[in-house]
Amino acid sequence: MSASASHPALTPVKDRAIATRLGRRRRRTDRIARTLSLVATGIGLVFLASILATLFVKGFGALNLSVFTEVTRPPGSDGGLLNAIVGSLIQVALATLVGTPIGMLVGTYLAEYARGSRFGDVVRFVSDILLSAPSILIGLFVYQLLVLPFGGFSGWAGVVALSIIIIPIVVRTTEDMLSLIPNTLREAVIGLGSPKWKMIVLVCWRSAISGIITGILLGIARIAGETAPLLFTSLGNNAWSTDLSQPMPSLPITIYSYAGSPFQDWIELAWAGALLITLAVLLLNIAARSLLRGGK
Amino acid sequence: MEQMAKHTVRSYAEELRRLRDMIARMGGLAERQVNDAVASLLRRDTDLATEVVGRDAAIDALEREVEQFCIQILALRQPVGQDLRLIIACLKISHGLERIGDYARNAAKRSIVLSQQPAIGSLNGFNRMAKLVQENLKGAIDALVNDDVARADEVWAADEPVDQVYNGIFREMLTFMMEDPRNITAATHLLFVAKNLERIGDHATNIAETVHYALRGDNLPDERPKGDSSAYAVVRPPLDQLGG
Amino acid sequence: MSSTTTTATSRPALGAMQARSGAALNEAKVAIRNLDFFYADNKALKGIRLDIPDRQVTGMIGPSGCGKSTLLRVLNRMYSLYPGQRATGEVLLDGQNIISDDMDLNELRSKVGMVFQKPTPFPMTIYENIAFGVRLHEQLSKAQMDERVEWALTRAALWTEAKDRLNSSAMGMSGGQQQRLCIARTIAVRPEVILFDEPTSALDPISTLKIEELIDELKRDFTLVIVTHNMQQAARCADQVAFFYLGELIEVAPALEMFTAPKHAKTQEYITGRFG
Repeated sequence: MSASASHPALTPVKDRAIATRLGRRRRRTDRIARTLSLVATGIGLVFLASILATLFVKGFGALNLSVFTEVTRPPGSDGGLLNAIVGSLIQVALATLVGTPIGMLVGTYLAEYARGSRFGDVVRFVSDILLSAPSILIGLFVYQLLVLPFGGFSGWAGVVALSIIIIPIVVRTTEDMLSLIPNTLREAVIGLGSPKWKMIVLVCWRSAISGIITGILLGIARIAGETAPLLFTSLGNNAWSTDLSQPMPSLPITIYSYAGSPFQDWIELAWAGALLITLAVLLLNIAARSLLRGGK
Repeated sequence: MEQMAKHTVRSYAEELRRLRDMIARMGGLAERQVNDAVASLLRRDTDLATEVVGRDAAIDALEREVEQFCIQILALRQPVGQDLRLIIACLKISHGLERIGDYARNAAKRSIVLSQQPAIGSLNGFNRMAKLVQENLKGAIDALVNDDVARADEVWAADEPVDQVYNGIFREMLTFMMEDPRNITAATHLLFVAKNLERIGDHATNIAETVHYALRGDNLPDERPKGDSSAYAVVRPPLDQLGG
Repeated sequence: MSSTTTTATSRPALGAMQARSGAALNEAKVAIRNLDFFYADNKALKGIRLDIPDRQVTGMIGPSGCGKSTLLRVLNRMYSLYPGQRATGEVLLDGQNIISDDMDLNELRSKVGMVFQKPTPFPMTIYENIAFGVRLHEQLSKAQMDERVEWALTRAALWTEAKDRLNSSAMGMSGGQQQRLCIARTIAVRPEVILFDEPTSALDPISTLKIEELIDELKRDFTLVIVTHNMQQAARCADQVAFFYLGELIEVAPALEMFTAPKHAKTQEYITGRFG
């Protein structure tokens, strides 16, 4: 064959020698790489496990019925976290209600209308920056925007801050999920004579819905644990309050102030609260994962 | 005919080439049979005639081989266009060549019988006719092998001289028979040989027609120059014999 | 009482048989004249002139990038979805120029349906998949809609397989069934022309034959255009075949002629596999 002339073949003997040498080197490199990865994983797992272990031990120790039935009290008077839990639920729920539609619409705009457009690229860029912005910045921003001009900390301000955090998350997942839909599906809908908005609402959203809900759940999990933006907005409140125009209690803030206090019972309540948030986030994550798997 | 690009599948091109080769081989064999059959008649060579009769089996075998091969290509390659036309043409041509072989064998058999009979007249007409049909047969097969439509059309239009010679022989033989009833056996056999050659000529024309279709994809007109008027021929006994 | 069955099936099957055997093609349903098509500055179709005969199958063949799919997407203005793509010239559907700017695209697409390469069932029930397109253009009572769904599924040779699972998701069907569902969905809108963009390239041979049988059946009522990479498929299905190369229509002829005695040397080379 003329091919062997242009590609000189190695003689079998030489070939085998090189192969053995190369093989030995490859196996050695492989062993080193595997050991390094295992060590790194081990370090990470140790920290994670110890955090969780501490949390569970201390948290479960502090958990009792009064945590859910009593509001926060002065130290030594057997208080609970009821007002903080309810405050967190209200703020997170409202933030989700406000942020989700906005995020979905922006994500839809990016995926369906602004593909390849300059403006779309700018919006996507800004949204991505917002996604990774330090949350304290968002707290400061809402402080400047709402707290200072309207004369005081309020639940509303907290809701707005949390919405601003959840919006870019929903934008990102909505756009990603819509981008996964094959273009021929869109063309199939259009090909039946459907206007574009019906295509988006009746087919695209329906195809992407499980992914989008997953994104929303992960977003909720994220804002449920946010402390920094609430420090400048809803501030926290040691009394029972559902008035959104007043400062509002929330779990992260309560944990923040109780954990740093010198009182043993407050510290224990902080652990209980931390456990509650962790469990809630865990549940949301599990729900999101199973939803995503079920949708596939 | 403009030069076609090479087939993308080389083995397919190879198969089509092989098919043409088989037809060329079969055509050569048929030509030789016609030639030898007539030679045996002219030279009263019974050995040669027997040989011709024996060789016919080879043509029949080749026909079956071509048929098998065509079926194989049709089934496995799903040919279209010129390839399809070529394969169908080869099927038909191999059938025509097989018929030609049969006619040659028949002529050879008759030449064995004729060698026992007294010679009558000159056999120049047979010689001439054999030359003409052989040439047409060769032309038709060459046209296929060389992608030469012009050659095929030439053959297609060249059947008339064959028919004219045939008419001449027909009249001549009738005359011999009427002159002397003892000529009837020989004359009848000769008449059949002539008819065989005429039929071979017709098959050569058909092959040319098929080649034209294979190469061009259209059909030649239905009407073709014809010279065979023997179908209308009537011979009356000479008047002096009627009187006697 | 539905007008569905009557209007859609009562049209006579004009000349269908003759055309398959190589004789006359019907009058043009779509007449394409001097059509040029551009992807931005790239000219993808050059001066196309083609008649698409009424209620017969036109097959479009040619190597990848020859423009056959592009032409298909001109016929229902699918290209209008994408900025930068434009067509000039005339594409006359029953005499109306469909590439003019004032054409109502939704109305056009109700007349010119399309079936895609990969099955594209919508994420809803089988019933809803079909009702979806109908609801875009008509307001039917529940009973009328039931009847239309049954009619469409029957025409698409899917009724017996689907009638007991109309309310289950279309995503659970096999590929071949999904493709027939897409055809049912398309004909449920009662278009006049149906475009097939390589409808069987993602299917197994048996499903492919079922679709081909369906195409043969559908041409009694619809004008069909099919783009295919499979020449045998064009030979089996089409009455008229058009061969495209580098954005030009090289040759168009009845299928029999195209596959026995094509005129143009390029066509011969392509169909017999002597390309490039």
